[in-house]
Amino acid sequence: MLDASEGYTTDDGRKIGGVVMEMKNITLRFGGVVAIKDISFDIRQGEIRAIIGPNGAGKSSMLNVISGFYNPQEGEVWYQGSKRPPMRPYQVAQQGIARTFQNIALFEGMTVLDNVMTGRIRQMNAGLFSQALWKGKAENEEVENREVVEKVIDFLEIQAIRKTPVGRLPYGLKKRVELARALAAEPSILLLDEPMAGMNVEEKEDMSRFILDVNDEFGTTIALIEHDMGVVMDLSDRVVVMDYGMKIGDGTPDEVRSNQAVIDAYLGVAHD
Amino acid sequence: MFGKPGIREEKVLAISPQATDGLESIPALLHRNATQFGDKPAYREKEFGIWQSWSWADTAKEVEALALGLLNLGVNEGDFVAIIGRNRPHFYCSMVAAQSVGAIPVPMYSDSATDEMAHVMDHCGARFAVVQDQEQVDKIIDIQDSLHQFEHMIYVDPRGLRKYDHRKLHQFSHVQDQGRAAKEEFIDELEARRAKLTYDSTCVMLYTSGTTGRPKGVVLSNRNIIETSRASSDFDHLGPGEEVLAYLPMAWVGDFIFSIGQAYWNGFCVNCPESTDTMMTDLREIGPTYYFAPPRVFETQLTNVMIRMEDASRFKKKLFDRFMAHARKVGPDILDGNPVGAMDRLKYALGNLFIYGPLKNTLGLSRVRVGYTAGEAIGPEIFEFYRSLGINLKQLYGQTEASVFITVQPDGEVRNDTVGVPAPGVEIKITDSGEVLYRGPGTFEEYYKNPESTADTKDAEGWVATGDAGFFDTDTGHLRIIDRAKDVGKMSDGSLFAPKYVENKLKFYPNILEVVVFGNERAECTAFVNIDLNAVGNWAERNNIGYASYQELAGHPQVLEAIKGHMEEMNRSLADDPMLSGCQLHRFLVLHKELDADDGELTRTRKVRRRIIEEKFHDLLTALYDGSSEISTTTEVTYEDGRKGSISATLQIVDAAVVPVTATQVAAE
Repeated sequence: MLDASEGYTTDDGRKIGGVVMEMKNITLRFGGVVAIKDISFDIRQGEIRAIIGPNGAGKSSMLNVISGFYNPQEGEVWYQGSKRPPMRPYQVAQQGIARTFQNIALFEGMTVLDNVMTGRIRQMNAGLFSQALWKGKAENEEVENREVVEKVIDFLEIQAIRKTPVGRLPYGLKKRVELARALAAEPSILLLDEPMAGMNVEEKEDMSRFILDVNDEFGTTIALIEHDMGVVMDLSDRVVVMDYGMKIGDGTPDEVRSNQAVIDAYLGVAHD
Repeated sequence: MFGKPGIREEKVLAISPQATDGLESIPALLHRNATQFGDKPAYREKEFGIWQSWSWADTAKEVEALALGLLNLGVNEGDFVAIIGRNRPHFYCSMVAAQSVGAIPVPMYSDSATDEMAHVMDHCGARFAVVQDQEQVDKIIDIQDSLHQFEHMIYVDPRGLRKYDHRKLHQFSHVQDQGRAAKEEFIDELEARRAKLTYDSTCVMLYTSGTTGRPKGVVLSNRNIIETSRASSDFDHLGPGEEVLAYLPMAWVGDFIFSIGQAYWNGFCVNCPESTDTMMTDLREIGPTYYFAPPRVFETQLTNVMIRMEDASRFKKKLFDRFMAHARKVGPDILDGNPVGAMDRLKYALGNLFIYGPLKNTLGLSRVRVGYTAGEAIGPEIFEFYRSLGINLKQLYGQTEASVFITVQPDGEVRNDTVGVPAPGVEIKITDSGEVLYRGPGTFEEYYKNPESTADTKDAEGWVATGDAGFFDTDTGHLRIIDRAKDVGKMSDGSLFAPKYVENKLKFYPNILEVVVFGNERAECTAFVNIDLNAVGNWAERNNIGYASYQELAGHPQVLEAIKGHMEEMNRSLADDPMLSGCQLHRFLVLHKELDADDGELTRTRKVRRRIIEEKFHDLLTALYDGSSEISTTTEVTYEDGRKGSISATLQIVDAAVVPVTATQVAAE
C-alpha cells in the first residue's frame, strides 16, 4: 500500500502524485434513507478515479458530496491537506473543483461560446458599472478569458459550433460543451457524472479520447461515474465500487474485476 | 525547349526570358516575394477564433528555420518528404522548406487508410514525413516497419504525443528552433542547395487518385509548375491582391497549383480554414476573389440552399422561385456582356438587391472574380445556377499530368457543354479514335519508377494521352469532352453509351448524391443510385417519415417513387438528344450503402471507380438485367478505423418509363 504523500508512475508513464482529496467515513442520509454508509476512499493528484456501481448504489450522491451539493451527516472531507468545513457549491467551485451533470445543465438559449464563458465566472470580477460601460477592466477581462475559452474550444474541437445555440445541438455535442464549460474553469479536480450516458459507440470513443487528453495535457485529476464497464476499465487508474450505499471494492481495474463481492453485485448471487 | 514551334509557343518563349529571370524555383519566388512585398500577408489561418496572418517576410523566415532544421536532421538532396495533413500554413511552408534543401515534397491524402499510405510511402521511399497530429503519427508508426527507408517524423500538433518515443519523432516548432540555433553551421549549405535549384529540378511529386488502379507518382518540375502558373495567371489577370481559401486536399494537383504555384508567382494570400467543419463559415468571412472547387462542393452548396428554401415561408419561396427563374433567363447573358433589354436588366438589378446578392453573400461567393470548377464534369443545371447569380464560374479541363491546365474557358465564352479553348502554351490534338492528346509547358516529366506507364501515356514527342474522349465544337472551337474514353461505349443496338453524361444530369436533383450507370454492350441502360441523406432526410422529416439509418431511408417506397420521378423526367429530356437518347434508364435500384473511398468504391477525390463497383455489386447488376423485382445481398464495409463489418439488405428494383425513340434507332442501323 502506498503512503498518502507518495507518488508513483503508471505503466504508460504518467506521474500520479499524493492524495489530494480524502473521504473519511462518509455517511449521508435523506430522512430515513441511508444513501451512503460509512464510505472512505481517496483521490490522488493526476489520476483518473472511477466510481461505479449498479443503479441506486449512491454514486451520484457521492459525487454531490465531493462537489459540496450535499453535506454528509457524518464523516469528513479532506482536501489538499486540510479538513473541509461544510460548504456551499460555489465555495467548492472556488477551490478549483468543476463538474458536469448527468442530465445536461446548460443554458439552452445561449450560444456554445457564451455557455463556455460562464465557466470563467470565477475569474471575472469587474463590477456591475464597469461591465455596463464595457470599458477598462471589464473589456480586458473579457479578452483574457476569451483566450482561455478559445483554447478549450480548440482542444475539444467544437470550433464549428462556436456560435450555435446549445438548444440546437445533438446530445453528444451538448455533453462535450458541458465538458468544455467545466474545463474553462481550469479545475484541479474535474468531476464527471456519467459523461457517456446515452452515447453511441463513436461518441463514446471520442469522449474517452478527450478525457484521457485532458488528464494528459493539463494533469487534471478526474473523478468520474460511469455505467459502461468497458470504458471505466480502460480509462481509470483506480475504481471504487459501491452497492446499496456501501463500498464493496476499491483498487485497480484488474483487482476490482476479480473481486468476488463486485462480481456478485453485478451478476447477482443465487439465494439458497 | 517546348517542342515544335507554333503560334502559342512563340508567345510563351517571347515572354519567358525576362519574366523568369532567376525565378526558377518556388524558394526563389519566395525570396522575391519577401523582398518585394514583405509586409503583405502570405498566409492566414483561423486559430482560436481569430484570423492569424503571416506576411511574406514572416513566411520566408519560418521556411528558412524549418529548412535549417531539416538539414540538421540530415535531409539529403533528392530525398522524398511526405506531407500529410489538412491545409495549414505549416504544411505549405514544409513543402517549400523541403524544396529549399533540394528534397522533393510528396503531399498525401490525410484521410488515406494505412495500406494506401504504406503503398505511396514505400513507392517513393520517403525518408521523412511532416504530419499533422497523433492520428497521422499512429498511422505511420503502424506501417513504419515495412518502410525500410523511413527515418524521421515531424508533427505539428503535440497533443497526446508527449509519451511517445521521441528518438525519431520531432515536434515541428522544435525542429525550427534547432534550425535557428544551428543557423551558423548550416546556412552556407542551405544557400548552396537553394542556388542549385533550376527549372529542371523536381518541384513536387503528386500521386494520381487512381480511378483505374494503384496510384502513380507524377513528377512535376519547376518548369511545369512555374510556367503553368504564370500562363494561367496572365490568362485570368490574377494579381497580388487575390484572396483564396485553401480547403481542397493538399495531395490534389489543383491545390498545389493554386495555393503554391499561382500564390507564389503572384504573391497573393492563401487563407486556411480553422477546421474542415468550419469551411463554409470561413469562406464567408474571407470572401475569396479567386475560387475553385470540384463539382461536388457546388452540388452540396446548392442542395443546402434548396433544402433551406423548402423550409422557408411560402411568400419567400415564391419570391425566390420567381427571381431565380428570371436570373436563369438573363443572368448568364448579363455576365457575358450580351445585349439584354432594359426592363430585364432592371428586374435583374432588383433581384440582385433582394435575392442574388444576399444569397451570394451567404454562400461566401460575393467577391469572386474568377471561379473554377474542375476535377470532374459539372451538371449543366448546377453550373447555370451559379452563373445566373452573377458568379463568374468557369470550367477548366485538366489533370495531374498536365499541371492542371489543358483547356480553360475565357471570360465571356463560357458554355456549360464545353470545357473551353486550349490553355496558353498547350497544344491539343484528337486521335482517330476520338481520344484527346495534349502537350505543353505543364506536361509532366514521368511517372516515378514506372517507365512502362510513362511510355504508355506520353510519347516521344511529348504528347500525353488523357484517356478522355472528346471533339472540338465546330462553331466555337471549344473542346467538348464526352466521357472517359474507357467508359464510353456502344449499346448493343449501336447507339452511343456515355455514362458520365447521364450521371451528371441526374446528380442535379438534390435527392441524388451519386449515380453509376451501366449499359455498355447491353440493350438497356440501368443505374445504381445513392440518395443524398441530407436532402432526403430533410424531406422525410417534413413528411413525418421515420427512419433510423441510411439503409432504411434508401429503401423507403416513397423515396423510390421520388427517385423514379427524377429518372423519368431525365429520360424525357434525354429523348430530345439524338445522340444520347439510347441512354435512357430502364431500371434502377437505390444502394443500401453510400459509396465510400474507404471501401475502394470512390477515389480519395470522390470519383467513381466504375469497374470496382461493377465487380463488387455484380449480383445486383445481374438482378437489374434478369427481370427480378428484388434482390438480397450482403456487402462488406470498412469503418474509418480500418475494422471490417458487413451489411445485408433486400433491395427493390424499380422500373422507370422510357420515351420510345424510333428516329435514332433507324439512324443507328
